[in-house]
Amino acid sequence: MRTCSATVTASRTGTIFDLKRFAIHDGPGVRTTVFLKGCPLRCAWCHNPESQERGPELLFWGERCVACGACVSACPHGAIARASTAAKPETDRTRCTACGACVAACVPRARSIVGSTRTIDDLLSEIDRDVLFYDQSRGGVTLSGGEPLAQPEFAAELLQACQERRIHTAVDTCGFAAEPALAAVAAHTDLFLYDIKLLDDERHRRWTGVSNATILANLRCLSEDGKRVWIRYPLITGVNDSERDLRELGRFVSRLPGVEAVQILPYHAAGERKFAHLGRRYELPGVLPSDPETIEDAVAAVRAATSLPVTIGG
Amino acid sequence: MMNERVERLRTECVTTRPSVSGERAELLTRFERESATLRESVPVHRARGFRYILENETIYIGDDELIVGERGPRPRATSTYPELCCHSLEDLRVLSTRRKTPFLVDDATKTLYESRIIPFWKGKSLRERVFAAMSEDWHAAFDAGVFTEFMEQRAPGHAILDDKIYRHGFLDFKARIAEARDRFRTSDVADRAARVDELDAMEIVCDALIRLVGRYADLARRMAGEAKTPARRAELLEIAEICSWVPAHAPRTFREALQMYWFVHLGVVTELNEWDSYNPGRLDVNLYPFYRRDVDAGRLTRDGAKELLECFWVKFSNQPAPPKVGVTEEQSATYNDFTLINVGGVTPDGADAVNELSYLVLDVIEEMRLPYTGSCVQLSKKSPDRFLLRTLEVIRKGFGQPSIFNTDAIVQEFLRVGKSLRDARSGGPSGCVEISAFGKESCILTGYMNWPKLLELALHDGVDPNSGRRIGPSTGDPRTFESFEQVFDAFEKQLRHFVDVKVEGNGRIERIFAEHMPAPFISVLVDDCIEKGQDYNGSGPRYKSTYIQGVGMGTATDSLSAIREHVFVRKSFSMDRLLRVLAADFAGHDAERNLLVHETPFFGNDDDRADDIARRIFDAYFDAIDGRPNTKGGAHRVNLLPTTVHVFFGEKVGATPNGRRAGIPLSDGISPTQGADTHGPTAVIRSVGKIDHVRTGGTLLNQRFLPDVLKDEEGLRKVAAIVRTYFRYDGHHIQFNVVDTATLRRAQENPEEYRDLIVRVAGYSDYFHALDRALQEEVIARTAHSEA
Repeated sequence: MRTCSATVTASRTGTIFDLKRFAIHDGPGVRTTVFLKGCPLRCAWCHNPESQERGPELLFWGERCVACGACVSACPHGAIARASTAAKPETDRTRCTACGACVAACVPRARSIVGSTRTIDDLLSEIDRDVLFYDQSRGGVTLSGGEPLAQPEFAAELLQACQERRIHTAVDTCGFAAEPALAAVAAHTDLFLYDIKLLDDERHRRWTGVSNATILANLRCLSEDGKRVWIRYPLITGVNDSERDLRELGRFVSRLPGVEAVQILPYHAAGERKFAHLGRRYELPGVLPSDPETIEDAVAAVRAATSLPVTIGG
Repeated sequence: MMNERVERLRTECVTTRPSVSGERAELLTRFERESATLRESVPVHRARGFRYILENETIYIGDDELIVGERGPRPRATSTYPELCCHSLEDLRVLSTRRKTPFLVDDATKTLYESRIIPFWKGKSLRERVFAAMSEDWHAAFDAGVFTEFMEQRAPGHAILDDKIYRHGFLDFKARIAEARDRFRTSDVADRAARVDELDAMEIVCDALIRLVGRYADLARRMAGEAKTPARRAELLEIAEICSWVPAHAPRTFREALQMYWFVHLGVVTELNEWDSYNPGRLDVNLYPFYRRDVDAGRLTRDGAKELLECFWVKFSNQPAPPKVGVTEEQSATYNDFTLINVGGVTPDGADAVNELSYLVLDVIEEMRLPYTGSCVQLSKKSPDRFLLRTLEVIRKGFGQPSIFNTDAIVQEFLRVGKSLRDARSGGPSGCVEISAFGKESCILTGYMNWPKLLELALHDGVDPNSGRRIGPSTGDPRTFESFEQVFDAFEKQLRHFVDVKVEGNGRIERIFAEHMPAPFISVLVDDCIEKGQDYNGSGPRYKSTYIQGVGMGTATDSLSAIREHVFVRKSFSMDRLLRVLAADFAGHDAERNLLVHETPFFGNDDDRADDIARRIFDAYFDAIDGRPNTKGGAHRVNLLPTTVHVFFGEKVGATPNGRRAGIPLSDGISPTQGADTHGPTAVIRSVGKIDHVRTGGTLLNQRFLPDVLKDEEGLRKVAAIVRTYFRYDGHHIQFNVVDTATLRRAQENPEEYRDLIVRVAGYSDYFHALDRALQEEVIARTAHSEA
């Protein structure tokens, strides 16, 4: 890669929030997807808000809580309190250290900690389990998130280890990263699943919290360097589903040599409840998933502007 | 699309309510009364009884039929077998009024039973003989639901045909019978008289079938004279011509081959009420030469062959499993009589056997949607992906057919027990998942063994907590156990004890069938009965296997895992406390149950802490059974499948340490406990792949996928990869339900609107509305795989 250097300090541990086997929508074949925790973007529609913060966090399912109060006395930091003995508890997240003491005390399992520190070896032992499935289906491993590029040394080393095992690697990224980080990861990535949210920078800032300048520059860099790229475009009602946005997407990706396909990912509201579990406010309440006709129209609009294959879903 | 003829035949089949026909029972009873004074050998006597039925039974040719012949006087009219199980008037009342698998029983039949059938057979039926011959230990175990008994009202079966009837007619069989008899008449083997008797019997039944089919030829000719249209007249004349040729002679055309098989099928299911009725085995391989010849000669088109196959498909579904009662009904609550038509696999020389007919049969399965005509594909590593993908397309339609078997594993399973390579490659599955060397083996399933019940007994020192009776050996008070090993030892001792009881009972029952219930007709069809002059129910078949089917691997494994984790590793609570929690069925013990359910390593998640226990249970079961001789010169083997017994067994087992409440169904086959597998299908496959399938005679894995997973070509290919990978782990069998939970719930609430919804239950399919509520819930509870 011309503009990217490639020296990275090896790191043996990283923070992940999930590992999913039989992932069939994250690249070719049957895959294991490792979800890294921490993301520089704050997309309003994020369906994995528990992936945004880097450190472990407490999740609380209010509907499971039986208001027994066991968590209040279990918390060593005095972070949990309740208004009355019949009320469900409130957690002061500024004092919560995600130590997990309340989770152990909670009989109805209304509390859990998301996020854990794992070593490369530990993850490889999970990844190795499904090697025959990767072989049979031409699948492999996908790093997703959160944002894998936010833990570049860890991601690169994990990918390198997979490649040494002849396991196909893919990285699902928002592309918002410094060039050295991107280069380190790209050196061990067979396929990028690269998100574009909006091509209009002003609206991009408004809906994701950051400019898309770095994202688009990195995409050009990868594509010109001969990397294989699949573009993923979350289709959010009222945000980026206008015909103009979609045609512009089609035109833009057509100019990138490494791009092989465009996948339209229709919005779903799965993230809304998770915001509540994290004690956070959801900024897109009431937004409805697109109906099948709108999705088809969106695909048609992109297709009108590009000859690349355009599909629905990953 | 199926044509109008097939549509009419199919509609008649699926809309006709099953009924009991007393005709066979009446004819056999009349024969027995009339021949009471004759002195003749048992096989010859039984052969003459068979001939009497075939000579006098009502025969039936339906309006649209091209393939003809029914066991009863009309479609869905089901014969009874009082020599095996003589139904009481109370049985008939239950049969006609029960909610699931009912049979119409008209007043004439009830009167017939009351006046003639019951008075004659009471005290003489084989069922009574079997129960009288069993030990006290056996009865105690049977009553407690430790094991079931297949042969208490049905005959040993699971028989599958090879290719012999496509190469030889019954006149050829008669010539071989005569030759063998001549040989024995002049030989000096000690039991030569018995062998001559058996061969005499075989000769009688060959003639009996030829004469029955001659009656069909006469009827077809008569009906042709009265036919309303010239077209039907021509069809009836062709039926008459075919019935004048087969089964005396080997078939010459594709149609004759199908008709030949069907008459042979009728012979087998009329002789005795055998488990799994009968089975044409490798239909595509056996019929392909006829198909090729007829198509090349311009006598047959692809559509014509499809129509004939579809007429053939209806015939199996026209024959519900004969009415079952008691525990036999509980363990197999379905009209399905378990024919399992095979396509695919390898040839005897080891080449890929998939041919044009294999694909045509898949089209037929897809169009017919008949759950009671069972079908499966055999997939070998040599089968092309096209074959597997087409199979998955049919499965995607969501009615549970066909199931998929691993030919390469099956061949290894056969070779391990000493079968020849050619016989191994020519064999395959029948019934649910059990394997046999087609046309050469008696592979007898004798009953299910309730593993979680064995654990319950181990946790109660051999006393059944349901009855308070001691039925197993004293293996110690578990409160005094200091290690998990002691728990496992107690489990293994209970296991060995009840295997001993079951094996001893099996031996007695085998002798009863060999002496009192020889089956000369099926013996003609199974190598080497003719050459040896010995019966199918005796030592005649080339291979003789006796199975005891293990049930509840998920439940037993998870329960032992919970004990190890919480009583011994984490010491969450004492054994005493666990036992009290179980005795209370978790009432007031939510915290303990939560811990057991959520913090126990469960089978099906690729977690060695649980999977090692599953492997140990399997090894213990295998070691207790495999290789123990039966009384026929063969040996006991193991397989792992449940039919519907996991529901019945669940009713017999109290709360279990995996958090399962009392009375809830056990896990099915080798599938994980319903809902306990949370890491997706690859983890399930890795877990069940840790069991050595090659040492079994069949295992059953159910997987449910949401329709979304298989919606496109890419999804099909990914599921195909799952199947292929499972088979690389030597997995024996896998089957799918492709249906979402919402649909199943709607079908529960509005059964009338979902009368056509078919699901995979165990090794067979059934209508969802025909399942009882517990089984419906069990199907729904199975984890559905998709990506969240």
